Amino acid sequence: MKVLLSFLILWSVSAPAQPTLEEHRGKVIYLDFWASWCTPCLASFPWLNQIHEKYKSKNFTVVGVNLDKKREKADDFLSSQPANFPLVFDPEGKLPTKYKVEGMPYSVILDEQGKVIHRHIGFDIAKTAEYQKAIEEVLKK
Amino acid sequence: MKWLLFILMLNLVGCAGWGVNPWDRDLMAQKSMQFGAESVDEAYTDHIYFSKEGSSGGSGFSGGGCGCN
Repeated sequence: MKVLLSFLILWSVSAPAQPTLEEHRGKVIYLDFWASWCTPCLASFPWLNQIHEKYKSKNFTVVGVNLDKKREKADDFLSSQPANFPLVFDPEGKLPTKYKVEGMPYSVILDEQGKVIHRHIGFDIAKTAEYQKAIEEVLKK
Repeated sequence: MKWLLFILMLNLVGCAGWGVNPWDRDLMAQKSMQFGAESVDEAYTDHIYFSKEGSSGGSGFSGGGCGCN
């Protein structure tokens, strides 16, 4: 029992820090779940950079949640397609489980209190006006 | 004995968590995991299959399951 207990204590101490959105709490967050192997994710990055730049002065931020199992893959992706917004690395998939991600990419808009206001699956360049409208609606509230 | 029974019962539910989460498709989304080498050719065959059979899929995929690529 003692061995088990000490193992549990050691495990909990050595466990890596959980990915969290706490540092962005109080802002409207556009949470974007992405991975290096997901082709539409790559297509969405220029637009994500653009909206982050456009609305960041209005208490808004894009947060990219990377779901690659290996960090190197994410870094490779980012060297060819830089992200100008904050990133969270979640190889264990805690955040997608919490926000019930149904496909990749997946986007969730959270209000200042962290409540889910809008969500959509995939990224379609033809629908960016629709996504932008959803952001503006949350920002107006 | 109770423990043994518990472990046996646990084995019975071992497959209850089957299925791959969209964010776990990492390896399966890789090119080397596709049946065919030529993705355009695969897509063409799949399209014909879809129009003839009214069903699609089952031949691998490269996307994340959002249905948009």
